[in-house]
Amino acid sequence: MPEIRNYTLNFGPQHPAAHGVLRMVLELDGETVQRADPHVGLLHRATEKLAESKPYNQSIGYMDRLDYVSMMCNEHGYVMAIEKLLGVEVPERAQYIRVMFDEITRILNHLLWLGAHGLDVGAMTAFLYTFREREDLMDAYEAVSGARLHATYYRPGGVYRDLPDRMPQYQPSRWHSQGDVDRLNRNRQGSLLDFLDDFVARFPACVDEYETLLTDNRIWKQRTVDIGIVTPERARQLGFTGPMLRGSGIAWDLRKKQPYEVYDRMDFDIPVGTNGDSYDRYLVRIEEMRQANRIIKQCIDWLRVNPGPVMVGDHKVAPPPREEMKQDMEALIHHFKLFTEGYCVPEGEVYAALEHPKGEFGVYLISDGANKPYRVKIRAPGFAHLSAMDEMARGHMLADVVAIIGTMDIVFGEIDR
Amino acid sequence: MQAQALLEQLQARFGDTLQDAVVAQGEVTIEVAPADLLATCMALRDEKDFHFEQLIDVCGVDYLAWGETEWATEETTGTGFSRGVDARTAGRLPGLEEELSTETPQQDRRFAAVYHLLSIKNNQRLRIRVFAVDDQLPVIPSVLDIWSSANWFEREAFDLFGILFEGHPDLRRLLTDYGFIGHPFRKDFPLSGNVEVRYDPEQQRVIYQPVSIEPRVLVPRVIRPHVGEEETADEPAAEEVAADEDKSE
Repeated sequence: MPEIRNYTLNFGPQHPAAHGVLRMVLELDGETVQRADPHVGLLHRATEKLAESKPYNQSIGYMDRLDYVSMMCNEHGYVMAIEKLLGVEVPERAQYIRVMFDEITRILNHLLWLGAHGLDVGAMTAFLYTFREREDLMDAYEAVSGARLHATYYRPGGVYRDLPDRMPQYQPSRWHSQGDVDRLNRNRQGSLLDFLDDFVARFPACVDEYETLLTDNRIWKQRTVDIGIVTPERARQLGFTGPMLRGSGIAWDLRKKQPYEVYDRMDFDIPVGTNGDSYDRYLVRIEEMRQANRIIKQCIDWLRVNPGPVMVGDHKVAPPPREEMKQDMEALIHHFKLFTEGYCVPEGEVYAALEHPKGEFGVYLISDGANKPYRVKIRAPGFAHLSAMDEMARGHMLADVVAIIGTMDIVFGEIDR
Repeated sequence: MQAQALLEQLQARFGDTLQDAVVAQGEVTIEVAPADLLATCMALRDEKDFHFEQLIDVCGVDYLAWGETEWATEETTGTGFSRGVDARTAGRLPGLEEELSTETPQQDRRFAAVYHLLSIKNNQRLRIRVFAVDDQLPVIPSVLDIWSSANWFEREAFDLFGILFEGHPDLRRLLTDYGFIGHPFRKDFPLSGNVEVRYDPEQQRVIYQPVSIEPRVLVPRVIRPHVGEEETADEPAAEEVAADEDKSE
């Protein structure tokens, strides 16, 4: 009688379906997962420790690199914590801009998630479609901040600069004829808001396109329905937030329940799942994209008719305008002090949380009154989700592990920090 | 005010168990002793006034370098920038760790774990701070049996700060390298680390060696008293600087 033993399989860290650098030690009985032990930290950069050694403003760029598919939402959590401790009130226009870019970021994140999740379980086409729309939104990022990914656009006290009146244009080159360029520039003739207005009008039809590819697709349903079921009780116990919690049927969204910026003036709905499986979480995220689109439209309409400042006038926190510095000694001193020493944040501690595309993103900030934070703790939603991997994967087949990683929407930048 | 109401409820329920209870920036913070932590957390989760069914975060904190400033001079002339930077502050230069770690500002108040709780039912948040009683061997009971999400959060705090969570069944390192030595987020751990990794062509394998980076300060830590506060804290430092200058002249 041969001895039957469990089989231990090493999954990752260099595996295309591991979404980055996840190493997972899987104990298999045949093809059934008995135990999953994720080893994380291969992308650990000690962001929190680095932030302790720098003035507050110099760490905003690190926040982009946490969850590198929802950059501005990470920045938002960090600057919100600083503002709360400083007691700074952000101008209304900046709040609308932030809400608009948070929702653009939500669509960006969900598009990447949808493409990658589809690819993991064998749906190639969705990936190509979602990246087409991501391109437009990254152009919007580029127009306001100059960078397509790591924007560093949010600053304590507002946003770096107002929305541009003109979109960057394509130029004819060896690869693009004049005809191509005219076609590419067709929706770029006006301001950024015109460009986004055009996008918002097009986008619901794009979501319909993704849905025709997946929602009723037999293979997609076989791979996601009843995979990784989480009951509402367990979802709460495991610290789930965001779509992972809503997929299990709990209507909890910080944008509604603890509104920040101007979310209380926005009209949108919260989608909720019923079964708590991967398919429900897919439906929740698809609907979130449609709702995000509605919010962007409301922001565009408001921003068109309400000009105003986008940064606080307090030059202890925000730099003075460049023209002023040429004339005014005081402005020059403010600028110098701000960029060499930074500003001192009063002693105390705050926790600022917001509804990140992946869940609750929180920044816990402790200050001892210095120009550098004493401790920054980043509460990443993906960290809590991945820690439930063992529980979710147990009893499933090996191939379902990939589907579960996909449905968690994990990105290692934020988990490893 | 919701936060104030929660604070009063907490004070009525727990009384002397709370070592500290404050509301700041609209957030409620309570402090309990490690011995009382489990009973308090159990009550906070199950009693209907509180109903904190989610543990959102566990954060380790090292209070070793609290309030330490690196720039305490009033005079910026003389030998300039480098004079104001105090290289002896924690984590700045290797080799000073033993010397520094005994000078905790307050004995046995060095390591703390901070728990963030969320009640979905009552829509409120609470922060609990627990100081470990022994600086040399910080031990705090594990809340894993109360909230399952504590699992990785506690492993992380153990890894980065060396806080031992008593009762955690699987307290392994989480974020640092396999075989890592030390707890990197402690204030006396240098920012550039102790070892670096490279491929050695002679031995034909990856080796660890002491870091070659020289630690340096680009922007010193400055603590300025805020408007309205008296500047008494800065005065002795200014006098010392003046005395030093007299000697050099």
